[in-house]
Amino acid sequence: MNLVFRLAWRNLWRHPRRTWLTTGAMVFSNILLVFMMSLQFGMYSLMIDNSLQIFTGHMQVQAPGYKDDQKMRQIVPDIVPLANEIRDELKSERVAARGWAFALASSEDRSFGIGVYGVEPEFEARVSNIPGLVSSGRYLTENNAAEIVIGTVLARNLRVEIGDELTLLGSGVDGSFAAAVVDIVGIFESGVTDIDRNIAEIPLGIFQDTFFMEGAGHQIVVVVDALDVVPEVQASVRSVLPVSSNLVVPDWDEMMPGLKQAIQADIGSSFFMYFILVVLVSFSVLNTQLMSVLERTREFGIVMALGLRPGKLGRLVLLETAMMGLIGTVLGAAAGAILTSWFTTNGLAFPGMDEMAAQFNLPARMFPQINLLTLLAGPAIVFMFTMLAAIYPAVRLRWQNPVDAMRVA
Amino acid sequence: MSAVRCVNLCKTYRQGDQDIKALDHVSIEIDEGDFVCLSAPSGGGKTTLLNAIGGLDIPDSGEVYVAGGRIDNLSKGELADLRLKQIGFVFQAYNLIPVLTARENVEFVMQVQGVPSAERRDKSNAILKEVGLEGLETRRPGEMSGGQQQRVAVARAIASRPALVLADEPTANLDSKTADELMELFTQLNKHHNTTFVIATHDQRVMTYAGRLIRMLDGRIVDDIDQRAA
Ligand SMILES: Nc1ncnc2c1ncn2[C@@H]1O[C@H](COP(=O)(O)OP(=O)(O)OP(=O)(O)O)[C@@H](O)[C@H]1O
Ligand SMILES: [Mg+2]
Repeated sequence: MNLVFRLAWRNLWRHPRRTWLTTGAMVFSNILLVFMMSLQFGMYSLMIDNSLQIFTGHMQVQAPGYKDDQKMRQIVPDIVPLANEIRDELKSERVAARGWAFALASSEDRSFGIGVYGVEPEFEARVSNIPGLVSSGRYLTENNAAEIVIGTVLARNLRVEIGDELTLLGSGVDGSFAAAVVDIVGIFESGVTDIDRNIAEIPLGIFQDTFFMEGAGHQIVVVVDALDVVPEVQASVRSVLPVSSNLVVPDWDEMMPGLKQAIQADIGSSFFMYFILVVLVSFSVLNTQLMSVLERTREFGIVMALGLRPGKLGRLVLLETAMMGLIGTVLGAAAGAILTSWFTTNGLAFPGMDEMAAQFNLPARMFPQINLLTLLAGPAIVFMFTMLAAIYPAVRLRWQNPVDAMRVA
Repeated sequence: MSAVRCVNLCKTYRQGDQDIKALDHVSIEIDEGDFVCLSAPSGGGKTTLLNAIGGLDIPDSGEVYVAGGRIDNLSKGELADLRLKQIGFVFQAYNLIPVLTARENVEFVMQVQGVPSAERRDKSNAILKEVGLEGLETRRPGEMSGGQQQRVAVARAIASRPALVLADEPTANLDSKTADELMELFTQLNKHHNTTFVIATHDQRVMTYAGRLIRMLDGRIVDDIDQRAA
């Protein structure tokens, strides 16, 4: 074994308790970092998934400007055949066409202004979780049935039940008067009051008839398996669009800019906390290494007197720190991974989360997401700072005079 | 060519408001293959002179030459290389490395020099045997007596066959029999390998082995006797 290496290793275990305490601080902070980051990223992807799975999807085909104005006349022509083409191209069923209009919904007693989606009953459930949230009755089944599903709050406000009739009044794509009478077949409960109060869904066929769409709609929603394939799928979708059309394919970030901003702000503030943690650990390493260098002053004097260059001695100190850092990194990352994976399968609930969960439409149980980044970023940075902390004690040796050093008791 | 040449070395230590002249215009020339004893009462400047010769300490003024090259103006790294390759040091306070065993301490210099491990091991075993420490190779310094540690320090200094050995009180903790054996060993090395020895000592018996006896007092050379001629 290399001499410096052997010296470093033995020196490390001269004070096992001290070495373990310092290593322990590293292990602890690494576990914390791995866990917290995994939890954070788990939360983000949950936030994104949940926000997008209500209506938005990962991307949509729209008329230009539609995402900002949502005007009735900003249409996607021949929307059903286009949606079919996209499904063929992507070899995925998670594509659904929709229309969107404002309407006055009237029951026998009351009227409310609501937003009405025209959906493809066959495909809507694959891009949105609303169909799965129908708590009484059933979801839409046929494209040409005069049926409607509404939210619980709207049902309460309109004082209607399953089987009752609703009248929808609005204006068609050409500005003309539009009206339809539909049967309530299902009532959904998303838990988000705004949605449960203001949104209703009818089959796309009825929607197109009622609002004089002439085969057009407003959006084709596409959902993919993971966020990182979005750009790729976006490109495939674009390739299917008719050359003559000026349709656009905004992704989730363009459609919901607030979401990414919220995540970035959260990352910023939490990374500041991590940084403080890492700095604290580095100081503990600095302290340990400085102490261990100071108490070995005499010994370092000896080896310098015997002919070891001061630079090599500095490397010895760095090597000792690297060994300690490596132990801390490996143990910390491993323990962090084990702990985190347990929660990855079992989930984690903590007090106060209900509030946030409700706000972002999240489940009350969190599942951390462990990946290479969350596993290695924290430990790698701790290791880096540990090495930085050892530079001062190592460099200090260069100014040491061997005779003075040997005189130290 | 002289092995060591010192010209007008001065070194002053300040203690409180008192200046102590540890070396006061010391000039000596030691030939290759000389066996020199340096004798002085405690505080006479022996250690200070050996340190100056070994490049461990830079004198305030004067010049030091080792093997013909001037060393008092070399950098720390260059001085370290000089000690590594040319000089064997036996320190007054043994100064072994506590985490290494006796053999590893002896091997240390050779290891830094890059001597292959098998050769190192053979040499260090042989030397440890010669200084009477056979069987103690794997003990650490903390597990040995003062005299044993001192012999490990001697073994470490001579193991790599340096051209110049600077020994500071190498027999201080040894009984007379062991001390004699050690001096015999030094004499052998001196004869067969032409190793130059400079040994600082109070010990009268050690002085009888020396070809040349230099006496110091308060940092000055007061006597320089060629004992062989006498
Ligand atoms: N670092 C130092 N600081 C102050 N004074 C010193 C220092 N080193 C040596 N001295 C003084 O210099 C003088 C010479 O010391 P030196 O160690 O060379 O003596 P020595 O002959 O080796 O003595 P000993 O036989 O006790 O080892 C002494 O008076 C000592 O007190
Ligand atoms: Mg001395």
